[in-house]
Amino acid sequence: MHDLNRVPIMDERAVLRAVGRMARELVERNAGTDDLIMVGVQRRGSQLAELLVREIEKAEGDRIASGHLDITLYRDDLRAIGPRPVIGTTKLPAGGIDDKAVVIVDDVLYTGRTVRAALNELMDFGRPSRIYLCVLVDRGGRELPIQPDVVGRHVEVMGDQTVEVLVPELDGRLGVDLVTLPKEAA
Amino acid sequence: MTQRALALGKDLVGLEHLSAEQIQVFLDTAEAFKEISERPIKKVPVLRGKTIVNLFFEPSTRTRISFEFAEKRLSADTVNIATTASSVAKGETLVDTARNLEAMRIDMVVVRHWASGAAKFLAERIRSNVINAGDGAHEHPTQGLLDLLTIRDHRGRVAGLNVCIVGDILHSRVARSNIWGLLKLGANVAVCSPKTLLPPGIADLGVTVLRRIEEAIEWADVLNVLRLQLERMQAGYVPSLREYNRVFGVSKVRLARAQREILILHPGPMNRGVEIDSDVADGPHSMILAQVTNGVAVRMAVLYLLAGGEPEKAEAAKTAEGA
Repeated sequence: MHDLNRVPIMDERAVLRAVGRMARELVERNAGTDDLIMVGVQRRGSQLAELLVREIEKAEGDRIASGHLDITLYRDDLRAIGPRPVIGTTKLPAGGIDDKAVVIVDDVLYTGRTVRAALNELMDFGRPSRIYLCVLVDRGGRELPIQPDVVGRHVEVMGDQTVEVLVPELDGRLGVDLVTLPKEAA
Repeated sequence: MTQRALALGKDLVGLEHLSAEQIQVFLDTAEAFKEISERPIKKVPVLRGKTIVNLFFEPSTRTRISFEFAEKRLSADTVNIATTASSVAKGETLVDTARNLEAMRIDMVVVRHWASGAAKFLAERIRSNVINAGDGAHEHPTQGLLDLLTIRDHRGRVAGLNVCIVGDILHSRVARSNIWGLLKLGANVAVCSPKTLLPPGIADLGVTVLRRIEEAIEWADVLNVLRLQLERMQAGYVPSLREYNRVFGVSKVRLARAQREILILHPGPMNRGVEIDSDVADGPHSMILAQVTNGVAVRMAVLYLLAGGEPEKAEAAKTAEGA
């Protein structure tokens, strides 16, 4: 990875500011924190969900239930990929999600296929009263009629570029980079 | 990107020819599948549209049902074929049966057969994935994997543990799959058995032979107690079941002399009062029901990993080929 191919577009402070605003927006949209459950999509969505939970708990003083989803088994492209991907864990709050307001949290919204998979998986766990979609970066390029409710930042992405969200647990720092792919992988 | 560039191949015939890394992939994937059986809707759509045939040439309740649960929880379509009720009873060969099934466009075959090597024989002759559910006295790889998973669950690791397999080693495919799997993952393996039920040359595999059950109990962290098939007595391998129990039976009294807690595994079905006493089978260190639960998760993992679509289309497969 050359520096030339990787341009930071959000540093830690920018991400935290965005997360703070997203947390307020979610609470406002939901008219409070009643029955609110944050569900991160593995893997980086889970870290962002935890950041949002901390923000909301700090601002509202309420405990927020959270969990995470691994959508691998609900992907629509499993027939075309192989060797098969490693499966992460799925864990939802013990009280279930029936009649709750569930927030799906993911790092980057692109084609919408991950969100489709997450919706289907959530439905197999119960019947939430409402599902919100909250993403740190919306990079456009949707292939399904899926739109986010709360967005950290919209990013214009060229054909040979991709957006990477970095989290401390996996990448050693918090931030968002715009990465230009090497020619052969584009 | 390459979290796992390991090719697992088309079939699971045995653990003998798998690497430690490949075995770990099966176990780690099984770990993730455990949770699905705890969901309100115990089903994920990952094998939707796949047709799986359970082809059983030998009676089996536990293994067949475990595979069937695994298949259904992955949304596959399943057909069960038992020999007594099919053309197999009319003398059709194994390959003819499988080719006829393939002509009906199936994707995977789970096969249990009385002949050692039947699974490999079949795997080499049909396009579908073949999973060995036990072939003669050769291997029972999913049982081996679930035993490994159960040990790992309760001891946190397999490497460095002393595991002793007790009972009829000679006729046991479970023993063979266990020996291969345990050795590859770095366990110390021993067998404890009457001389008549010990295959010649077993020590060449790298296992220790313990003559007395008391020695085994003193040495082991884990005892995997095998079923003594009652036919063995008629064939003259053991003088009587009572005699077997008196000399090799795993009893509470014997376990009480152990220096440490010993995990007790048994692949089932048990002969209570023969190879294992009831108070051990139902005791606090018995993993027997945990093994059954893990069996479903392990089989889900195997089905999921082997059913991998069209690898030639995948980027990861291209890089794996180069390696």
